[in-house]
Amino acid sequence: MTGLLSAADLDPDMLAEMFRLSESFLEVSSRRIPKVPALRGRTVVSLFYEDSTRTRLSFETAAKRLSADVMTFSVGTSSVNKGESVRDTIETIEAMGIDAIVVRHGCAGVPAQVAQWTDAAVVNAGDGAHEHPTQALLDCFTLQQRFGSLDGLRIAIVGDIRHSRVARSDVAMMSALGASVTLVAPATLMPPSLEGWPVATSSSLDDVAGDVDVVYLLRMQTERMGQHLMPSMREYTARFGLTARRAARMNPDAVILHPGPMNRGVEISGEVAELPNALVVDQVRNGVAVRMAVLWWLLGSGTELVPSVDSAVPTADVEDDRG
Amino acid sequence: MAERNRGLDDVVLVGLQTGGVPMAYRMAEALQRIDGADVPVGTLDVAFYRDDIGLRPVLPEAASDMPFDLAGLVVVLVDDVLFTGRTIRAALDALADHGRARSVQLAVMVDRGHRELPIRPDYVGKNLPTRRDEVVNVTDEGVDLGEMVK
Repeated sequence: MTGLLSAADLDPDMLAEMFRLSESFLEVSSRRIPKVPALRGRTVVSLFYEDSTRTRLSFETAAKRLSADVMTFSVGTSSVNKGESVRDTIETIEAMGIDAIVVRHGCAGVPAQVAQWTDAAVVNAGDGAHEHPTQALLDCFTLQQRFGSLDGLRIAIVGDIRHSRVARSDVAMMSALGASVTLVAPATLMPPSLEGWPVATSSSLDDVAGDVDVVYLLRMQTERMGQHLMPSMREYTARFGLTARRAARMNPDAVILHPGPMNRGVEISGEVAELPNALVVDQVRNGVAVRMAVLWWLLGSGTELVPSVDSAVPTADVEDDRG
Repeated sequence: MAERNRGLDDVVLVGLQTGGVPMAYRMAEALQRIDGADVPVGTLDVAFYRDDIGLRPVLPEAASDMPFDLAGLVVVLVDDVLFTGRTIRAALDALADHGRARSVQLAVMVDRGHRELPIRPDYVGKNLPTRRDEVVNVTDEGVDLGEMVK
């Protein structure tokens, strides 16, 4: 594997391996000195054409805990303002000698395009309304930690499915791991077509909340409210917000996930966000570990990301000096 | 071990993933039997500290588990086979990230020679002269010596 562009790049065996690896990196992160020399001398570039706080910090923290060097490319202060194309930017930074590029862009497909232009490993950190595979990884890892497995888990994804790359990647990965996903949203916030999506749908959170193990709340993208997809925020909250009253009707073992940033009082009420079964903080902590796992897989492990991990066999030209 | 450290009060065993881990638990049992001492056991995975990252596939076996603060302790690293010494080098680096032990010693079941680094064991189960291309496999039943399968 030369990059991580889509949740579909990882089959269930690879995901199991990723989760195992993430456990190792969680342990690293819990140490007094949370840093290993695994990627010393490697350079990771974070190239964010769209605003981001947690994803960018999470990737940079992950790279630094692996001892990689991090180059941060801020579109606001770069030559992009002088009209440089994405391709020229990629060729410029590649000429400096880099090993991985973490890309976020407002247009779907940019990371895949970037991967064609460079030999560096490309990680998709969110492209338009298309995919956000590392978010799906950390969500599934968080659920696996909590429930042991995603097989048979009932998951409701609630909110602005239409504009959500998180929903697309999560639906793909969660259902690949055996969970059954229900999308909950008003018709205006559903994608135009759900053909081929392995999901059920509902337009009432009240109908679904009591029957699921996981309520996954998407951020209400307030910047899109001008498009008259909902009459008002109040109406959205009244029908789709996870209020204390709705949260009380969930199964006692059920958990609440949110990719952040939260709009308290819109899709999630302030008191619900503080409940012990709201795993938002675990998601952030696990995010660093799974991104360490991704970078390690791409740059350090020397193994192809393939289902059978019988890779203890040394390559022919390297002497096995384990011991 | 008990003689050299004048008792086992501050001694902990740290097994290296994966071969050293069962060995460390067996040693802890033995020390319990012989000395009545309760010696804590930790485990350490050194994959991220290896110096051959990028030269060959490296995968961690399992997360490390160090249920004690190393400060002031005597750490005995435990592994099944000592060969080039590179795993032990990586283990010393890994250990330093967990804390500052008072001293570090090394116990191995088999020392098969061919060291590439200035590392020597403090406790050895068996010295086993080998050719470089042979493979040593330590199991509960004993030690296997075979040809490397390429």
